[in-house]
Amino acid sequence: MARMKFLLDAERCIECNACVTACKNEHEVPWGINRRRVVTLNDGKPGERSISMACMHCTDAPCMAVCPVDCFYKTADGVVLHSKDLCIGCGYCFYACPFGAPQYPQAGNFGSRGKMDKCTFCAGGPEADNSPAELAKYGRNRIAEGKLPLCAEMCSTKALLGGDGDVIAGIYRERTAQRGYGSGAWGWSTAYGQPPRS
Amino acid sequence: MLTRKSSHLTGTRLTKALAGVAGDAVDRRTFLRRSGLAAGAVVGASTLSLGTVRKADAQAPRAASGDVKLIKNTCTHCSVGCTVTAEVVNGVWVSQEPTFESPINLGGHCAKGAAIREVCVGERRLKYPMKLVNGRWERLSWDQAINEVGDRMLKIRETSGQDSVYWLGSAKFTNEGAYWFRKFAAFWGTNNVDHQARICHSTTVAGVAQTWGYGAMTNSYNDIQNSRALFLIGGNPAEAHPVSLIHMLRGKEQNNAPFIVCDPRFTRTAAHSSEHVRMRPGTDIALIWGILWHTLENGWEDKNFIKQRVFGFDDVRKEVAKYNPAEVERITGVPGAQLRRVAQTLANNRPFTIIWCMGGTQHTVGSANVRAYCILGLAHGVIGTSGGGANIYRGHCNVQGATDMGVDPSTLPGYYGVIEGAWRHWSRVWDVPYDYMLGRFKSKALMEAPGIPESRWHDGVLEKVGKDNLDQPDNLKAMVFWGHGANTQTRGPDVMKALDKIDMLVVVDPHPIQVAAMSNRRDGIYLLPACSALEQDGSRTASNRSLQWGYKIVEPIFESKTDLDIMHMFARKFGFANEMFKNVKVENGKVLAEDVLREINKGTLTIGYSGQSPERLKLHMNHLKDFDPKSLLGKSGTPVAGEVYGMPWPCWGKPEHKHPGTHVLYDTSKPVKEGGLNFRALMGAEYQGQNLLAEGSYPVGAEIKDGHVQFSYGMLKKLGWDKDLTDEERATIERIGGANADGVLWTTDLSAGIIRVAIAHGCAPFGNGKARANVWNFPDPVPTHREPLYAPNRELVAKYPTYPDRRNWRVPIKYKSIQDVDFSKEYPIVLTSGRLVEYEGGGDETRSNKWLAELQQEMFIEVNPMDAAAKGIKNWDFVWVYSPNSKDLVYGDNPKEPVRLRMRAMLTERVGKGVAWMPYHFAGHWMGQDRRSRYPQGTDPIVLGESANTALTYGYDPVTQMQETKTSLCRIEKA
Repeated sequence: MARMKFLLDAERCIECNACVTACKNEHEVPWGINRRRVVTLNDGKPGERSISMACMHCTDAPCMAVCPVDCFYKTADGVVLHSKDLCIGCGYCFYACPFGAPQYPQAGNFGSRGKMDKCTFCAGGPEADNSPAELAKYGRNRIAEGKLPLCAEMCSTKALLGGDGDVIAGIYRERTAQRGYGSGAWGWSTAYGQPPRS
Repeated sequence: MLTRKSSHLTGTRLTKALAGVAGDAVDRRTFLRRSGLAAGAVVGASTLSLGTVRKADAQAPRAASGDVKLIKNTCTHCSVGCTVTAEVVNGVWVSQEPTFESPINLGGHCAKGAAIREVCVGERRLKYPMKLVNGRWERLSWDQAINEVGDRMLKIRETSGQDSVYWLGSAKFTNEGAYWFRKFAAFWGTNNVDHQARICHSTTVAGVAQTWGYGAMTNSYNDIQNSRALFLIGGNPAEAHPVSLIHMLRGKEQNNAPFIVCDPRFTRTAAHSSEHVRMRPGTDIALIWGILWHTLENGWEDKNFIKQRVFGFDDVRKEVAKYNPAEVERITGVPGAQLRRVAQTLANNRPFTIIWCMGGTQHTVGSANVRAYCILGLAHGVIGTSGGGANIYRGHCNVQGATDMGVDPSTLPGYYGVIEGAWRHWSRVWDVPYDYMLGRFKSKALMEAPGIPESRWHDGVLEKVGKDNLDQPDNLKAMVFWGHGANTQTRGPDVMKALDKIDMLVVVDPHPIQVAAMSNRRDGIYLLPACSALEQDGSRTASNRSLQWGYKIVEPIFESKTDLDIMHMFARKFGFANEMFKNVKVENGKVLAEDVLREINKGTLTIGYSGQSPERLKLHMNHLKDFDPKSLLGKSGTPVAGEVYGMPWPCWGKPEHKHPGTHVLYDTSKPVKEGGLNFRALMGAEYQGQNLLAEGSYPVGAEIKDGHVQFSYGMLKKLGWDKDLTDEERATIERIGGANADGVLWTTDLSAGIIRVAIAHGCAPFGNGKARANVWNFPDPVPTHREPLYAPNRELVAKYPTYPDRRNWRVPIKYKSIQDVDFSKEYPIVLTSGRLVEYEGGGDETRSNKWLAELQQEMFIEVNPMDAAAKGIKNWDFVWVYSPNSKDLVYGDNPKEPVRLRMRAMLTERVGKGVAWMPYHFAGHWMGQDRRSRYPQGTDPIVLGESANTALTYGYDPVTQMQETKTSLCRIEKA
């Protein structure tokens, strides 16, 4: 059984934001909600590197641990999903997440954040696969169609890899061996507990 | 245990998706294509059935809707040419899929390409024809619009002449649209026709063609994977051509290739380089000579290559000798030690590729800059070889094609020029008598005089008519913006004056563009909705000269129409539709793009647009997976075996000759019939007694084992090769040549027999010449450093002054009279401009795209923190950018208020001290004023902002009238 992961090769990421718009375009994510975003470190200086970030679908996902209503669940292929019907918008997951993945449609007093939204690894939610209800709440379910997350598939430089953890780690390993240096596979050890060998 | 199983909610996704394919051994290629998942790309219908069919809308679940069509077209943004795969349900574009099999983009897109669906589902398009009446937008029917615009134009034609209507076309046309637009202008009777290439790469086209034959990218994006080093100057492909980076980074990683970026900014591309050379804007020639100084000093140049294939290199040696390290540092600000290291890196890592973009071209010395880059390549012998070459990144999706198709005031399609011979050739192709075409123009002189370039159209409105000013019968009275903005032209205040003064503005565009909002008019603007290239069939040419056929994804949305159909309506109104549309099928007002391409094939022999028939192009698009992404060659055993993807021009002869296309220009290691070439013998055999033909260098298999001039019927006879012509070919040549059949050149032989026979004997039809390091017909035969017109350092101006004032292309060009004014005290910061990844060009289309607009919501200027501190400016403060445009040196018509722009300040070391940078995609604000209310309701872009070109100043290249957008001056004050 595959274990789905994301891997970001910062040596390749050029902050073109294709992952961001691909995600938005595919799932019709509204203005202001960013399931994926690109963060640039040392912007404009030598050593500048960009990192495309979204939910990493952690092995021991902190969001699941802290959720007071148990709205999270994990699929057999390791994708962390949640139910918007159960979510109360408390924001605990946002505080727990090391990647800042959870997003909320509104910001107001008294915790009225609305239902949490985050990257689904293009795997939809608890509703029937590719049903209109799933589409409206979580976006498209590419995994059910036998496809992978569009952000990684459309990455201009193949910096962002998404898929079976072993396979993408293999691609990354081959690449770093060839060029002679890695990029740290940012966030990998936080999310999955061990760095990919390079 | 933190992890819970999902069973209490639903079953696992992947197991379902894998049902039916489980157990199959997964091949490695599938793995890599999907970055890991073993399931095939096919939708597993059995697992997806929902039992209901919903009405399609843009958010329909794909699989649920049953009939999903996958349609391929090409991205309409930059020139990389990424394949877009659209999923269409019931005529609505519902989503995009990656196109892994495309050899060009391998599934990848940038922000723009990944969001391109919005172009065809977005609400902010221009929906129907409109006109401005007394300050209000009114809806028109198409017939009304064509009649009203047509009547007014015909009146102008009568009173002021054909040349008073300006047809400004677009690099977003398909090749068919571009070609037809040029033909349309010819039938209207003017050479006042142009498009974005003028302000993008016109200096490249002129400078590079004059150097070695063709003014285009010599290799391809893919071929950079073979480079041993990358030398990039004046380009930021990480933002402007993001998908090209997949090939560049592969080259860098797989060959351990040094990646050198020369740019005044530490760009996002520079962030991935191995060496960043920060130079002062506008000092490219000094920088290149500074590198070459070390090369020549140490004897690192390729002497054999120079001897065999380069003319005038000794003149370069003389010039370069003046640029010693100390002097180069004084001019460019780059230390000599760094340039020595760069020179050594290039010498040690051959073949290296030279890449440039608009940072090199948009200068008063643009056409000299590009020749300096070419000479750097020639000195090292890296031109005409895989992994080397001058990889010139064009801007728009079809700017290469539109240039080739002659949407240009100085040439007909295929760079034939506007001389009588060119008109006679195209009259034969068009099947109309030459005298008919002559009759369309006011005079033969105007028919053969290059028109006004688009960078100066506003001077066509504002200049006085007369021999010393505007040299044509009358000022421009009607301006047609057909897929072009006005905020992309410098001297914003003058552009605005012209927009207000002219009798009529016509905008033909998917978006109403800022032209409508920029002017202060209350009448006389017509907006006609054109559709995008995604909504029509047609081919477009990527930067690497590959043609790609795009299939119509959806019918033109709202009331928009294709460019071809709109031209047909105008042609009918003007009364020349029968002659102009003679060779193409028009059904219910719809023009068949394939027929247009066949006519292009028939006539465009010079640059080999003759072999790419619609059938061959469609075959390539349908067989993307059969091409190798590194060599671009079709794999053996497939229908496209041995052909280069998209048949990069020149694809010689007729489609049935089956030329594979030319992947690498001037590559002598292959026979011409397999895509080999040599430098073009553009200027004959000799110049002032010196040989211009190649010496002992020729393509593999050539029967003439030395340089030679271009082929003609007479030359074939002399060689005895004329017997290889078929009777039909001979008859065509003799019919064209009449009494002087021997003089018929390969370029006008419509039978393509001369080309066929020359290639059969292994020779390039255009001769075998030397590349010219000395282009004696340019203002500077050997490039020499000249300070910009708005110069920051007066001492350097004294030593490296600009040209004297001169004139060409019907208008005067000022140089010295501008440079003589010292602006450097009042405006101490050097101002330059460039691109953002999210937006493109004037930006109306991309700023209307909600996915992109969200990422860049405000106009800003990059300021070095040291400069900002001196003015008390904090990050993201509002600032005023003051422009030297406050003083009008052209018309003496000084604005009442100083010209100043309001925007955010981004404090960053990306720009050096004393330099500021602005993106040029914004419009809709004018000197602090928001003009959103002037757009027709519902068509205003989401994001508006000040246009950089309001501040950018005078300055034009002496050869092509390219505008200077990269070196000006400004002053920044806290707002």
